[in-house]
Amino acid sequence: MIQSIPLRALAPAPPDELPRHDFDSLLQARGLALPPLGITTLQVNITKMCNQVCRHCHVDASPKRTEALSREGVERCVELLADYPEIRTLDITGGAPELHPDFEWLVARARGLNRHVVVRHNLTVTFDGHPLTGASLAHLPDFFARHRCEVVCSLPYYQEFFTDAQRGDGVFAKSIAGLQRLNTLGYGRAGSGLSLNLVYNPVGPYLPAAQGVLQADYQRELMARFGIEFNQLYTITNMPINRFRLHLEKSGQYTGYMDKLLGAFNADAAAGVMCRTLVSVGHDGRLYDCDFNQMRDMPVTGAGGRVATIFDFDFAALMRRQIRFASHCLGCTAGAGSSCGGATT
Amino acid sequence: MSSYYESTDLAKFGQIGEHGKALADEFFKYYGMVTGADGALTRREKALIALAISHSEKCPYCIDAYSTACLEAGANPAQMMEAVHVAAAMKAGITLVHAVQMKNHLDKLVL
Repeated sequence: MIQSIPLRALAPAPPDELPRHDFDSLLQARGLALPPLGITTLQVNITKMCNQVCRHCHVDASPKRTEALSREGVERCVELLADYPEIRTLDITGGAPELHPDFEWLVARARGLNRHVVVRHNLTVTFDGHPLTGASLAHLPDFFARHRCEVVCSLPYYQEFFTDAQRGDGVFAKSIAGLQRLNTLGYGRAGSGLSLNLVYNPVGPYLPAAQGVLQADYQRELMARFGIEFNQLYTITNMPINRFRLHLEKSGQYTGYMDKLLGAFNADAAAGVMCRTLVSVGHDGRLYDCDFNQMRDMPVTGAGGRVATIFDFDFAALMRRQIRFASHCLGCTAGAGSSCGGATT
Repeated sequence: MSSYYESTDLAKFGQIGEHGKALADEFFKYYGMVTGADGALTRREKALIALAISHSEKCPYCIDAYSTACLEAGANPAQMMEAVHVAAAMKAGITLVHAVQMKNHLDKLVL
């Protein structure tokens, strides 16, 4: 049984889900079970604050969001890494995680424990600085390199049109400058050991192209146009939740998109979903099966509906948990699959 | 106002099998084999060809379907627009090349 501190009542499932989009029923009909396989990654959504307001953002992140993990919570994450060598990777996300006051402390401590650290970096925060204080964050690329973090950056396309449509005017130009800066430090360069990976999101309600094909396009075009190198491209399907869902509903495309995801369900992609190998930490210390469940307020629960948190982290109990699924899980299992590490097949 | 073309009707395409299932099944199998996978042409190249034909044949269903298909194959708006220009150029060329027929007839008529 997962012991936990009660925080607040669980939010009810959204009332407008169609029965055909029920993910548990789909798995049952297909005779599929997706139990946890391990906990190799601790993914921490350390703050919902972001300098950008992207149209597809599943976090609804913006400069106005103030939710952030407490110092006590950050220290507890470091304790978990020290206590559980099975957790090999710390994946820090947000918002723009660099805006958290303890971000750099967390990175340094995790690297001191010899953990692989992934930073989900939006490239523009280096130039924009802190949206509230105005503090410069120009040192970030050097900081990443010094601590040998893996840097994962969103770049919806290798051209300005799609990128700015999704992430805001001027984002493409700053992103290119940010990638060039990372390249000068060795990121993405052969033999440097500094991994620079890019993330592609469709700029609307459609599925990503084949990851390998797009990666080849990105590598060819970014090198030819801007002299940029990177390691891998991760294709990620847009999740039908929060800001993107609102867009779908307002434009009358929600049901059509859900049906597209359902029609593209792939059992092989489902087998590789990331919730089977990670746990996600929210700004209040609660545990989730993934960042998307976190945004839908679907925490890991034990007996009696008690919510699991980092403060009563029980590795063995978490391995026995039943991962919570809902309609948005269709996004991770469509086509070639989708995860924070790209396609799952 | 009702219209001959409703975007929601595209999803009903499979219903043509209600009156002639065997032929419909054969068609959709063939259609899927041609358009749904890489072959001597990539899926992206096929989607761009289909998008161009969608315009030259003026099929709104196909324009919707293949605009999405092009994006899902990794194409971008510049490539898609260029494909439509290929269709437009072909239409113009096909019209103009018939001027040779006109000239031939003129040659016969004019003393």
